[in-house]
Amino acid sequence: MPQVTLTVNGQAVREEVEARLLLSDLLRERLRLTGTHVGCDTSQCGACVVHLDGRAVKSCTVLAVQAEGARVTTIEGLAGEGALHPVQAAFREHHGLQCGFCTPGMIMTAVDMIARHGAMDRATIRRELEGNLCRCTGYHGIVSAIEAASREAAG
Amino acid sequence: MPDFAYIRARTIAEAVEALSADPQARALSGGQTLIPSIKQRLAQPSALVDLGAIAALRGIAREEAHLRVGAGMRHAEVAADAGVRALAPGLAALAGLIGDPQVRNLGTLGGSIATNDPAADYPAACLALDAEIETSARRLPAEAFFTGFFETALAPGEIVTAVRFTCPRAGAYAKHRSPASGYALTGVFVALLEAGPRVAVTGAGPGVFRWAEAERRLAEGFTADALEGLVPPADDFLSDLHASAAYRAQLVAVMARRALAGAIAGSRG
Ligand SMILES: Cc1cc2nc3c(=O)[nH]c(=O)nc-3n(C[C@H](O)[C@H](O)[C@H](O)COP(=O)(O)OP(=O)(O)OC[C@H]3O[C@@H](n4cnc5c(N)ncnc54)[C@H](O)[C@@H]3O)c2cc1C
Ligand code: FES
Ligand code: FES
Repeated sequence: MPQVTLTVNGQAVREEVEARLLLSDLLRERLRLTGTHVGCDTSQCGACVVHLDGRAVKSCTVLAVQAEGARVTTIEGLAGEGALHPVQAAFREHHGLQCGFCTPGMIMTAVDMIARHGAMDRATIRRELEGNLCRCTGYHGIVSAIEAASREAAG
Repeated sequence: MPDFAYIRARTIAEAVEALSADPQARALSGGQTLIPSIKQRLAQPSALVDLGAIAALRGIAREEAHLRVGAGMRHAEVAADAGVRALAPGLAALAGLIGDPQVRNLGTLGGSIATNDPAADYPAACLALDAEIETSARRLPAEAFFTGFFETALAPGEIVTAVRFTCPRAGAYAKHRSPASGYALTGVFVALLEAGPRVAVTGAGPGVFRWAEAERRLAEGFTADALEGLVPPADDFLSDLHASAAYRAQLVAVMARRALAGAIAGSRG
């Protein structure tokens, strides 16, 4: 069976996996990092977004073996000890979630877009959210949260 | 999803050897089309030959009047590349319109053109920018590469290694996205090359094609009103739940005018 060696939230991981194992399943089933959600499993919803070498990807559409040698960050790896990540705090402040199912993917996507764009207007944020679906909020609070967090990050 | 063997190729030769040894093996690049297809049992490969670690498939280089883009370059990398943005801004913009940010972070040029989805974006850029497709075995013009509905000229065991796009004097892409998938309901790339104007259409027909009548009009004058009133015949166009053939024909006309306006606005003289 193929073996995969990678870093997940700073921890070295080595696992024997079937070639077909998805990165989302490696994270959830093997490593018990269940913050990464699987909403559709068909590359549409973005609930499964994690960072692979610093880039936002849909972990349901990556094989675990493709992550060989990579650095993976999940929602669990974002916050420091005892404090929320600023984007997490902004989602709480601006009502960026209701049921919370889409939230891990939304936040991982938001962190990626803020890193690339800095401060953003609402139209840019909506365009960047193309790959993330939310069935509760109507997106207004999500966009407000990212807008605020992006301003804060840009200083 | 059914299991398969997994081979990580280090060189083009290794990939070609592994693919040639097993007719049921498939190349894996960004996985953004292949992994969903395997989940849906549309593809059932015996083995995946991962091209992701092959350094020779990476990189973007200027070669005189051409831009050579490695098959392994991701959509987000092409969209952000300073050289592409300066020399072929329409190509950079097109790459930035593919799917969504997460798909652009993994999906590659080689995987896109090897699939030749009739609604894919890159094939339009290849035809409009008179691209040459480099494979592990040969070089061929884009028009000979895209052979039909999800069909290309690739032989078993042959992989795309790079695409050489001609830098246009002017060029832009206009796309009407399917709101559900992000793919092109229709997309039109209008370019002015040294050799003359080109108009390539994707999403409308069973495969990407050049719109000869529009090119003829633009050859008479590459001006903002050159395509006024021109609508392509809808005879061979796709008709499905997303749009009728007649609606697609109308969209081609509108997208062509928008692309022309974009090309003129961004013209390098
Ligand atoms: C949600 C979503 C939205 C999308 N929206 C769009 C869109 O708007 N426009 C668009 O154009 N595309 C869209 N795509 C498709 C996306 O662009 C894919 O990345 C691309 O079509 C395939 O590239 P890949 O690198 O992911 O290839 P893979 O999925 O790895 O491979 C696809 C096929 O190409 C073959 N292949 C891969 N590389 C090579 C090579 N170098 N030589 C020979 N064969 C090769 C594989 O064997 C396989 O058959 C979308 C995909 C998703 C999931
Ligand atoms: S679970 Fe991956 S995109 Fe929906
Ligand atoms: S908060 Fe429920 S899906 Fe977004």
